[in-house]
Amino acid sequence: MKKMMRQWLCVGLLVSVAGISPVAANAQDVTVLVQKVKAKLEKVSNYVAEGKMKTDVAFIKAPAGKVKIYYKQPNKFKLKRDGGISLLPKGGVSVNMNSLLTDNNYMAIDAGEALLDGKKVRVVKLLPTSENSDVVLTTLYIDEPNLLIKKASTTTRENGTFEMAMEYGKFASYALPDKVIFAFNTKDYKLPKGITMEFDTGDKSKDGKMKNKKGRVEIQYTSYVINKGIPDSEFL
Amino acid sequence: MQQIIKVTGLSKNFNKIQAVNQLSFSVNQGDVYGFLGQNGAGKSTTIRMLLTLITPSAGHIDMFGLDLNKHRKEILRQVGAVIEKPDVYKYLTAIENLKLFMKISGGAMLGRPQLLEMLELVGLQERADGAVKTFSQGMKQRLGVAIALIHDPQLVILDEPTNGLDPQGIADIRNLILRLSRTMSKTVLVSSHLLSEIELIANRLLIIDKGAKMVEGYAKELFDPSNTIIEVETLDNAKSTTAIQQSDWKQHLQPSRNGAIVLKMDKNQIPSFNEALTAMHVPVVSLVPRLSLEDYFLQVTTRNQHVEAFKD
Amino acid sequence: MWKLLKIELYKIFSRPRTFISFGAVALLVGIIQFGLKLDGNTYIDFMLRDVSVSLDIEGKVLNGYLICYIILQLLLVHVPLLITIISGDLISGEANMGTLRLLLTKPVSRTEVILAKFGAATIYTLILLVWMAILALFLSLVIFGNGDMLNLKAEYIVQLKSTDVFWRYLAAFGFAAIAMVTVAAIGFFLSIFAENSIGPIVTTMSIIIAFTILSTLDIPVFNVIKPFLFTTHMIGWKGFFDVKVTTDNVAIIGSVQNLDRILIAAGVLILHIIGLLIASIAVFKRKDILS
Repeated sequence: MKKMMRQWLCVGLLVSVAGISPVAANAQDVTVLVQKVKAKLEKVSNYVAEGKMKTDVAFIKAPAGKVKIYYKQPNKFKLKRDGGISLLPKGGVSVNMNSLLTDNNYMAIDAGEALLDGKKVRVVKLLPTSENSDVVLTTLYIDEPNLLIKKASTTTRENGTFEMAMEYGKFASYALPDKVIFAFNTKDYKLPKGITMEFDTGDKSKDGKMKNKKGRVEIQYTSYVINKGIPDSEFL
Repeated sequence: MQQIIKVTGLSKNFNKIQAVNQLSFSVNQGDVYGFLGQNGAGKSTTIRMLLTLITPSAGHIDMFGLDLNKHRKEILRQVGAVIEKPDVYKYLTAIENLKLFMKISGGAMLGRPQLLEMLELVGLQERADGAVKTFSQGMKQRLGVAIALIHDPQLVILDEPTNGLDPQGIADIRNLILRLSRTMSKTVLVSSHLLSEIELIANRLLIIDKGAKMVEGYAKELFDPSNTIIEVETLDNAKSTTAIQQSDWKQHLQPSRNGAIVLKMDKNQIPSFNEALTAMHVPVVSLVPRLSLEDYFLQVTTRNQHVEAFKD
Repeated sequence: MWKLLKIELYKIFSRPRTFISFGAVALLVGIIQFGLKLDGNTYIDFMLRDVSVSLDIEGKVLNGYLICYIILQLLLVHVPLLITIISGDLISGEANMGTLRLLLTKPVSRTEVILAKFGAATIYTLILLVWMAILALFLSLVIFGNGDMLNLKAEYIVQLKSTDVFWRYLAAFGFAAIAMVTVAAIGFFLSIFAENSIGPIVTTMSIIIAFTILSTLDIPVFNVIKPFLFTTHMIGWKGFFDVKVTTDNVAIIGSVQNLDRILIAAGVLILHIIGLLIASIAVFKRKDILS
């Protein structure tokens, strides 16, 4: 009898311990997970990437164009349109992951799991610990086995919410995406017709269609030159 | 003799104003044809119709035996015209103007030497390269004549060619017209209200009034030599007039303005009258046959319908 | 008739006032280039103030192509005046000078005179536009350099790649030539009725200014008559600076958004030219020359 009670106590203890530790263990997990993801990202100290950028903003007609992207740790980022004009979402948002995780001033919170494009991802919310931070909240959708951020949604005080969706291919081992789609809010655009003196083509006003739409920038990366060094002058 | 111009029943209305009324006349080859009428009689309108500047309301014009409506270009190649106060391109020189019009006049293309010869004909060779904006009206008139002659036309039409000219200029034009007719065998139609000039040069005349023909014919047939007007200037016109009134010549005396002595007589009587004045001891300074054409003109036109203030 | 055309061109280019027109274009273009060189970025910031709220714009926005567009837009009223000064004087000026009657007594038909004079006015217009193109486009490219062009329309912005702009300007200047010849035709037609060039010049400019106001004001009651105003179609050259987009809203290089509309506008202007020329011949043939 005493032997049986001792066994049940052990089982009960085991069960109770097993019940409490997942919460504490999960909190530790996501922090560790984020650290691992960051560590993977930090393997790349600099890169020069070439790609093709498409801008999809309701009130902009822009051609796709070749771009060259420069990155250097900890947070230097420059996008150069090949000889032309680039129209990029404001807020100093650089279209890369490294910027999100440059420092450790955040608290990672597990938000469970989700399905993204049919694949299971871990949802982690990052709350900045600094009160002065422009970023209010970042939600990461992480491919755990591969330590890759598939999607990030960031809410800022000044510039609203923007999202980044990443697709990985041959550079997955460096956590560098093949394709990034950046979605952001845009303000309405209008100039008085008396100033622009339009050629009236009879097209109906696109008023309704233009308002309150999200803009998208898509970069299809074609090549990366990784960790070969970049002079600071490229970022001026 | 070829009829160079034949006009039949020509009329022109401007709104309700009848500027030319059923006018018919003809100009023969070799004529210096005087076209006379007061200001506003319809001379310029008629000439402009001959030159296709104005479309007739009615009537027909033949020139060189061809219908003007159907053969305009062909006809105008043979016509040179100076219309009222001729004007040329002020921003070009005399010779540049001449060259420009030469190119469209339908005549031969002339080189600079020939163009200078043409300017010499009208007395402008010294100012060939002068800017026309510096020219006097007389010089522009002469340049206009040169332009009219540059393509060696058969017919020369001159509308009031002596307008604005000084006496020397008028004499120059007169001599030019005579030269055109006698030396260069051209037919000339010249319109004027300066009767004295027309009488000296024209062999045939047309007088119009209010757009209608008054009379047409050879000058020598139109004027009655028996009605020659003479004007006598003496040292004492009043005393001389009294002497004439007491003589057999008194019936020839005519009313006159400003105390001048005016008589009308047969041209052949003038020598006898001259002798009679000498016999009467009339101190004659001059004895001038006054322009009979003027009288004739005044006769046939309705000048008597003057404004009150201008009546005698 | 070629002889007559050469003579008319000779007359136009023998007058100092013709070269004043070329000087005026050079001065106007120079003033705009000078101003934008000094303070162009302020102008661009103003035009892009709405856009720069949500977008960062990087690259050389203020380049020769944009400058040329601004110049063309600003000179909508000025260049027609310079053209009207010549075309409005072609008949009335000769009537005033007294040379018209001399010209028309020559063995040239009135139709030939009209065609030659109008031909000369057209050639003058084309030469003036070429001059303007040299200054507004080529000189701007030299001063301000090359780059992508931003066309800031009322409801959206068009970004044209630098390699996709030059041919559009050739097409735009070609269209502008048709537009300016239309202006010349109006001035020329009115010139027939006057014996002093002031009347035709002032009347033509008044028509252009009044019609331009009606064409550009976005008031419903005017929208009914807009399609019938030639000034509505005169700014068709701007249509070359708009592109079609794919379903992804990516601009299609080398495309023109409303090419059919531009061609219709060009057709309307050409019809105006032909109509005015025919009317000029008809009126002039019947006109009594009393000057």
